Amino acid sequence: MNRLIYILPLLLFAGLAAYFATPILQGKNPHTLPSAMIDKPAPPRTLEPLLSSKPGIDPASLTGEVQLVNFFASWCGPCRVEHPLLMQIAAAKAVPLYGVNYKDAPEAAVKWLADLGDPFERIGRDGDGRTGIEWGVYGVPETYVVDRAGRIQYRHVGPLSRQTFEETIMPLVTQLREQNK
Amino acid sequence: MRRAKAALPLLLALTVLILAAFVPSTPSIAVEPNEVLTDPVLEARARALSKNIRCLVCQNQSIDSSNASLAKDLRVIVRERLVAGNSDIQILDFLVARYGDYVLLEPPVKPTTYALWYGPGVLMVLGFLAAIMFLARRRKIVRPDPLDAAEAARMAQLMDQDREPTK
Repeated sequence: MNRLIYILPLLLFAGLAAYFATPILQGKNPHTLPSAMIDKPAPPRTLEPLLSSKPGIDPASLTGEVQLVNFFASWCGPCRVEHPLLMQIAAAKAVPLYGVNYKDAPEAAVKWLADLGDPFERIGRDGDGRTGIEWGVYGVPETYVVDRAGRIQYRHVGPLSRQTFEETIMPLVTQLREQNK
Repeated sequence: MRRAKAALPLLLALTVLILAAFVPSTPSIAVEPNEVLTDPVLEARARALSKNIRCLVCQNQSIDSSNASLAKDLRVIVRERLVAGNSDIQILDFLVARYGDYVLLEPPVKPTTYALWYGPGVLMVLGFLAAIMFLARRRKIVRPDPLDAAEAARMAQLMDQDREPTK
C-alpha cells in the first residue's frame, strides 16, 4: 500500500498529459476564441446600406426570424474561400443571410459582390469597425447565428465550411426555429 | 593549457549572452503619434491600461505593442473613453463584455481561476509539509530493546570466548 505512493506522480503526470493532449488530438485551433456575446442581445446599431438597391441593418431587422450575420470584407482572403458556400445557402434559401461589410472601401465591396455574387438579404456598412468591436469580432470572416429575439446564439470564426454549416449551424437554426414560435 | 586559453573568450561571450537574457528589453511601442492624447495624465493611464489588454489577433501581445488593425481600434476606444471620463474599471468591463476575460492579459481572480492563482502556492505548501514529514520520520533514533537475562548471559559468554587466547 505504501509503495503505491511512488506511482502517484506518474499518474498525476499521465492525467495532466491526457488533459492537454485532448484538444490537440481533436484538432482544435487554439486561436479560435469562445464568444463572450453568446445569449446576449445583438448590439443595437443601425448600419447604413452598402448598396442603394438593398436595405442596411437596423436593430429591428435582427429580430423576428432566425438568421445568420456574416462579417466580411473585400480585402479578406478567407472571405473569398467561404463565399461560394454563402451563395449556395442563399440559393437554397436555407436561412436568411445578413452581411456586415467590415472596415472596407464601399467601392471595393460593391465590386467584390458584383464579381462573386451577392448572397445577402441586407448589407450594412461598418466602415470604422466599431460595430465589429460591439459584436466581439476579432478577425473576419465571422458568422453569427441570431435567434428570433435578436440574441446571439453561436459564433463561427474563420471561413465557414460545409461541414460546420450542415452539422452545427443548420441543426441549431432548426432548433431555434422550434423554440418560442 | 593552450586549450584552456582558447576557451576563455568563448566562456566570456557565453556569460555576456546569458546575462543579456536577463536585461529587461524595452518593449516595442505600437502607439502612433496621432493616437497620443494631449493630456499627459490621461495618456499615461491609457498606456498603463493598454499594457493589460490583449490584442485578440496576435494573442500574446498587448494592444500597446501590437500593430494589428484591431489593436489600433481598441487603443483609440480606450483613449476615447478616458477622455469621456470613464474609469479604468469601466473601460476594462466594456472590453470584457465583448471579448471575455481573455482580453485581459492578467486573468481576474474568481472561482474558475482559483486553481491558476492559488494552485502553485498550495502545491508548494504541500511539498514543504511532505518534506517536513519525511525528515521528521528520518530523524527518529532507533533504540533497540534492552537484552533480556538469557540474551545477556549468552552475550557475556561470547565475549568471554573472544577474550580467551587462541591455541
